[in-house]
Amino acid sequence: MKLRIYLTFDEATVREPIIWKLAKEFDVITNIRTAEVKDHMGLVGLELEGESDVVEASVKWLESQGVHVEPIEQNVIEG
Amino acid sequence: MSESIVRALKCRECGQEYPIEPTHVCEFCFGPLEVVYDYEKLEGKFTRELIESRPQTMWRYKELLPIDGEPTVGAQNGFTPLVRAKNLEKILGVKELYIKNDSVCYPTLSFKDRVVSVALSKAVEFGFKTVACASTGNLAGSVAANAAAAGLESYVFIPHDLEQGKVLGAGIFGTKIIGIKGKYDDVNRLCSEVAGKYGWAFVNVNVRPFYAEGSKSLGYEVMEQLGWKAPKHVVVPMASGSLCTKVDKSIKEFIKLGLIEDNGTAVYGAQATGCSPISKSVKDGTDMIHPVHADTIAKSLAIGNPADGFYANRVIKESGGWAEDISDDEVVAAMKLLAEAEGIFAETAGGVTLGCAKKMIESGKLPRDESIVLCITGNGLKTQEAVADHITKPRVIEASLKEFDVLAEADGVK
Ligand SMILES: Cc1ncc(COP(=O)(O)O)c(C=O)c1O
Ligand SMILES: [Zn+2]
Repeated sequence: MKLRIYLTFDEATVREPIIWKLAKEFDVITNIRTAEVKDHMGLVGLELEGESDVVEASVKWLESQGVHVEPIEQNVIEG
Repeated sequence: MSESIVRALKCRECGQEYPIEPTHVCEFCFGPLEVVYDYEKLEGKFTRELIESRPQTMWRYKELLPIDGEPTVGAQNGFTPLVRAKNLEKILGVKELYIKNDSVCYPTLSFKDRVVSVALSKAVEFGFKTVACASTGNLAGSVAANAAAAGLESYVFIPHDLEQGKVLGAGIFGTKIIGIKGKYDDVNRLCSEVAGKYGWAFVNVNVRPFYAEGSKSLGYEVMEQLGWKAPKHVVVPMASGSLCTKVDKSIKEFIKLGLIEDNGTAVYGAQATGCSPISKSVKDGTDMIHPVHADTIAKSLAIGNPADGFYANRVIKESGGWAEDISDDEVVAAMKLLAEAEGIFAETAGGVTLGCAKKMIESGKLPRDESIVLCITGNGLKTQEAVADHITKPRVIEASLKEFDVLAEADGVK
């Protein structure tokens, strides 16, 4: 499966090579589609491709590293 | 019937174009997609006379709405009154003030009927049988009602603690209504997963680019009702910030099509302080929107992580406008002011709009001697809790003239 997510890094995580570690740890293809990095925070649009359980495990792992993960559709509009 | 001038869906970030399909993010950069048009095709054809000759609904501007042919959902929606607010002009000390009164929008009393009729007409075109939405309340009611009328199944997702009027105002239409334990932003998150899994037309997810265009009709109407001109200043309530950007787009389109002159309209955004990520960004002079945990009685505007915040911020700055926010007490006071001065019972979002306008008039951000339009977008009957404790209760007497005489005398009636 393919999953499209936004990762938000805070001051503690923004300097860590987390996406590199992720690819070492799990059998997933990581494809960065957009990224904005400032001193205190970073935002990365990432595509993850692999077996569904592996993709799900990678998301859990990212969260355990202190990265905020949300589906890109999170940015939907309205009320 | 004139041909459609819709060209494509285009990424707002990288400019990549996509065919007209139920899709909403750019494959390349995840940027939001927007409908773009070939305006040249309308040259000389889309005239004031043509528009004026059509029925008074939002569809008199159908060339600029992204559907093929005639609308199949909400054909009667839109074309609400633009009211000259003479009493408020005196109270606020301004020369020319108007209220665009979408609190009486057909059929569910909020401007959401505009966006929903476009979204559902498009959903029908795409062949969907079930429609859905994540909502802070008004959208849920509008999707439910318009879906019922169009014979579509609907699912609406709302925060569990919404006002009774909003819950009832959706449930009555026989929709499948789901209350989520959490804030709108949690509803939003769940819906993004549901949308990925179920093959429904989610009005604010996969048909969102079409949906959002419906808001432009509010702007078109204002300009036509002002006698084919744009106001100098327009104040818009903001949740996701979408309406704010679309009002601006509507003005730019009318200018491009030669229907009005460029008036240098400034766009102003209004929020409740308890959920003011966009107004804060404008006041702080940044374009970074910091998500907040929403806490305000203006529940329809309580989106802590506004998807169009960045674009609304840009529209406000580029147009020379400003943004403001007010406390919940000020929201209630403004709801009462609007009702007592103009006879319009608006919901909390209307209080936000008027209250912020008042604050900006007092601070000098809104000039007193130029035309101002306030966008009042929802109806007070749906948010009665907000004012229930703040209005005069009836004085109860026997059906006796004597008892009434006593009251009348106390009131100083001669
Ligand atoms: C009454 C009312 N006004 C204004 C808005 C703001 O809409 P937007 O998300 O386009 O900023 C909403 C959104 O739900 C609403 O219900
Ligand atoms: Zn793009």
